[in-house]
Amino acid sequence: MRGIFCSLRQLSVTYGRGRNAALDGIDLDIAAGERLAIIGESGSGKSTLARTLGGLLPEGAKVGGEMLWPGLGHPPRPGRDFGFVFQDPGSSLNPVLTIGEQIAEGARHHLGFSWKQAYARAEELLGRVRIPQPDKAMRAFPHQLSGGQRQRVAIAAAIAAKPALLIADEATSALDVVVQAEIVRLLDGLVREDGMTLLFITHDIALASGFVDRIAVFRNARLVEAGSVRSVLSAPKSDYTAALIASHRDLTTPPLIEEVAS
Amino acid sequence: MIDTLLSIEDLSKGFSSSGRRVAALDNVSLTIAAGETLGLVGASGSGKSTLSRILLRLLAADAGSIRFEGADWLALDGAPLRRRRAHMQMVFQDPLAAFNPLATVSAVLDDPLRIHGIAAKNQRPGEIATLLERVGLTADHAARPVRSLSGGQRQRVAIARAIATRPSLLVLDEAVSALDVTVRGRILELLVDLQKEQGIACLFISHDLAVVRAVSHRIAVMDSGRIVETGPAAAVVAAPQSDAARALVAAVPRLVTDPI
Repeated sequence: MRGIFCSLRQLSVTYGRGRNAALDGIDLDIAAGERLAIIGESGSGKSTLARTLGGLLPEGAKVGGEMLWPGLGHPPRPGRDFGFVFQDPGSSLNPVLTIGEQIAEGARHHLGFSWKQAYARAEELLGRVRIPQPDKAMRAFPHQLSGGQRQRVAIAAAIAAKPALLIADEATSALDVVVQAEIVRLLDGLVREDGMTLLFITHDIALASGFVDRIAVFRNARLVEAGSVRSVLSAPKSDYTAALIASHRDLTTPPLIEEVAS
Repeated sequence: MIDTLLSIEDLSKGFSSSGRRVAALDNVSLTIAAGETLGLVGASGSGKSTLSRILLRLLAADAGSIRFEGADWLALDGAPLRRRRAHMQMVFQDPLAAFNPLATVSAVLDDPLRIHGIAAKNQRPGEIATLLERVGLTADHAARPVRSLSGGQRQRVAIARAIATRPSLLVLDEAVSALDVTVRGRILELLVDLQKEQGIACLFISHDLAVVRAVSHRIAVMDSGRIVETGPAAAVVAAPQSDAARALVAAVPRLVTDPI
């Protein structure tokens, strides 16, 4: 049995007075080394959960309940204990820093590397996230890369300080399906190799089902159900999860149009 | 022979990027029959949106021709172009960016009815109510600001606006990509119903082959500015011939109930 990395007890978040709770009484354990998908639609509270774990809530947000980190033994340090990959790599990367600088910064700041060591680590990471010609990419700026490549760079920056937890919040939603599949493969490989815990936040239950261990379904600020991929998909406990599964469309789903026999 | 509504021939468009000439469209040809949905699928940067922008006359082509409803579409200009535009309407990806953020739903729908002379002033409120009901909203939505609607409701308003002028062709550029899966499913059903009822042809553009498959009679696959494959939807999905189509088929997420 794996240890508990993070434990949420009756966690509630409200963004301001008079607003509805963005998270309401969440009880959830994240096991060390597991890949956990947080599934939910717009407004379900999934991004609030990511921001709460990451200490990224705006001022004025009210947090109730408990967030325990038995796997760390101390409150997590952003960038060191967890890395964060956001949806839009265009806005999460600094446009005036080279790719090399922004990846090296994390390693230098958190691991006490010299710039030289940090640059060497950055170049090695660019290779790991499969950026072609890492030595050249080190000197490039974000605008010179495609959206998929920028997201690879953002992942490299997120794992530069060897965090124990990687939080990916809709990290593939802005990418086309082909690039999305590549980024999911990359994340999967990285967390396996490094034994990281992964929190994969998405509205796409099918995308998550392909590689995570467990699924937690959120709706209207509440946790609807959580369980192994197999149990949630083959025997969903809630009608909502069943509806999510039913609305999935892939190439085997009968088309909506009537086809003319050719 | 089915009536050809739209035919695009040898369309080309280049952009310059850091001194280099990049072909966004390279001799693209395709046709759409009246009442047919052609799905246009391809990765980011394959040229899909450039094609839709040229088709909508938001961007000029370098070379090639387009015939729409029997007329030389690229030769139209000024008032004749504005008049004809009623027949080719569009729905974009981001319904919030596609509206005046301060407008109410009724103002959004009143414009096309007025500009294209579809309904007299005293008939417009009734026409707006009919349009809203047609897209699964109610007449009560008319007074609300577009901003206050959910993403799915906004996209329904965008569709209502597009069908207000009784077009023969709808161009849908990633029209459901920003929506949650359950909302997406309902919007796709709406589009198929509208087509069945009104015989509107659609050019349905997306990077997601599963979504394209759901609504398209035929599918064209784009890669690096070229159409690399065209065929009946079932055939393209079952036996993709090009590398681009094979990659798109392989990338569709499947529900995995039994992970290894």
